[in-house]
Amino acid sequence: MDIKETVLEILNDLTGNDVSGAMDDNLFDSGLLDSMGSVQLLLQLQSELDVTVPVSEFERSEWDTPNKIIAKVESLA
Amino acid sequence: MLTFEPYGNPTYFALLGVALLPLMIGLLYGKRSRLYETLISIFFLVLTFGGSKWTQGVALIIYILYEVGLTWGYAVYRRHKNSGPFFYLMVILAIAPLTIVKVTPAVENGQSSLIGFLGISYLTFRAVQTIMETRDGTLKNYNLMTFLQFMLFFPTISSGPIDRYRRFEKDYRSVPSREQYLGMLQKGIRYIFVGFLYKFVLAYYFGTMLMPKLQLMAMHSRGGFLDLSWPVVGYMYAYSADLFFDFAGYSLFAVGTSYIMGIATPMNFNQPWRSPNIKDFWNRWHITLSFWFRDFIYMRLVFWFMKHKIFKKPTTTANVTYIINMLVMGFWHGVTWYYIAYGLFHGVALMVNDMWLRYKKKHRKSIPHNGFTQIFAIFLTANLVCFSFLIFSGLLNKLWFN
Repeated sequence: MDIKETVLEILNDLTGNDVSGAMDDNLFDSGLLDSMGSVQLLLQLQSELDVTVPVSEFERSEWDTPNKIIAKVESLA
Repeated sequence: MLTFEPYGNPTYFALLGVALLPLMIGLLYGKRSRLYETLISIFFLVLTFGGSKWTQGVALIIYILYEVGLTWGYAVYRRHKNSGPFFYLMVILAIAPLTIVKVTPAVENGQSSLIGFLGISYLTFRAVQTIMETRDGTLKNYNLMTFLQFMLFFPTISSGPIDRYRRFEKDYRSVPSREQYLGMLQKGIRYIFVGFLYKFVLAYYFGTMLMPKLQLMAMHSRGGFLDLSWPVVGYMYAYSADLFFDFAGYSLFAVGTSYIMGIATPMNFNQPWRSPNIKDFWNRWHITLSFWFRDFIYMRLVFWFMKHKIFKKPTTTANVTYIINMLVMGFWHGVTWYYIAYGLFHGVALMVNDMWLRYKKKHRKSIPHNGFTQIFAIFLTANLVCFSFLIFSGLLNKLWFN
């Protein structure tokens, strides 16, 4: 499975929403993600894609839409 | 020699204007003089911590040497090793002076500690954050001189906003283009003028004119249920307005001055009174503090709890961490029952808020969402916040125990 699909699956699980139709929507503004969700996302990325992101690397503005998250993960994988 | 509270009177602003002028001209021509910046920083630090406050000045110097030693030592150590316990030890050592300063009045009958000085909390936040990012490996190029500039950046030294090392460094090491800088200059000057309105007109009215009268009336109207009375309600709103305009006004001065120096210090307030819930309130109120708590306490604790599978459910993890996070914030304000109650109140409020958001998500169709509910939500949030500020104000302590 490629990164994009995995990330989308994690996001769908976490938010309880299908986000694939709104790839540039801000997940924090819409209330789908919060600090708790961000940490869960980081832990899932670690266990499923072996991508390690320290909490201080998590700059919200760089992780606030599905597209940005995918791009971030791809750059770190 | 005179001492000045930062942004406290017209003379301070006049000196600020004169001192910043050469710097402004330099930046307009694409030049940043580190030497000049350092000189005016020292000048304004001496204004704040010199004269009759010289003991604070000495405390500041010793404190800075101590924190520089810790952060520099840890940065050197971290290049070769990465032990968990050593990291925790460094964090404990970094917050030790602040802890002593905060606990001393509670155990010494209100006497303040000799090692304290104006702004010690805000400097501690900056130092701890530097150590944590060094541990994470996100801060790799620790530079002693940059760290000193970051810590001693005079516009924000006394009460924030709390910048981040890497963000500060990026601005400090570069010079904005003339177009960018003109934009910053315009914003900076506007911020300072809005600050005048907030701090010297509105906060003066609520804090100096209204509050003492209301407090007197509240003290005379004791005897009812929990000693509450209408003047207490009035005091609650006046205190909240004063707290906001005073601190938002100060923050506007600090951010405005930073902008004029070509440093985009982050904003501290973003229309907090229009928050539809408490969670959103903390994204808008004293932003750099609440984000510091979010990034360096809340998220890290959640991460640790979840990694070690301490709690079964993520919601339990979130709730426990809310309470810890806000209690720490309460203690940070000072070791008194009302600061701690204030922290607890907000911890519980965040928990309830999350429960409601989850409930709303599940029953999306049956819960109305319109202009009226939005206004009601804003009204309810603002009043809850004002009530929490009444706890915070210490008036209840005076009503009940004086």
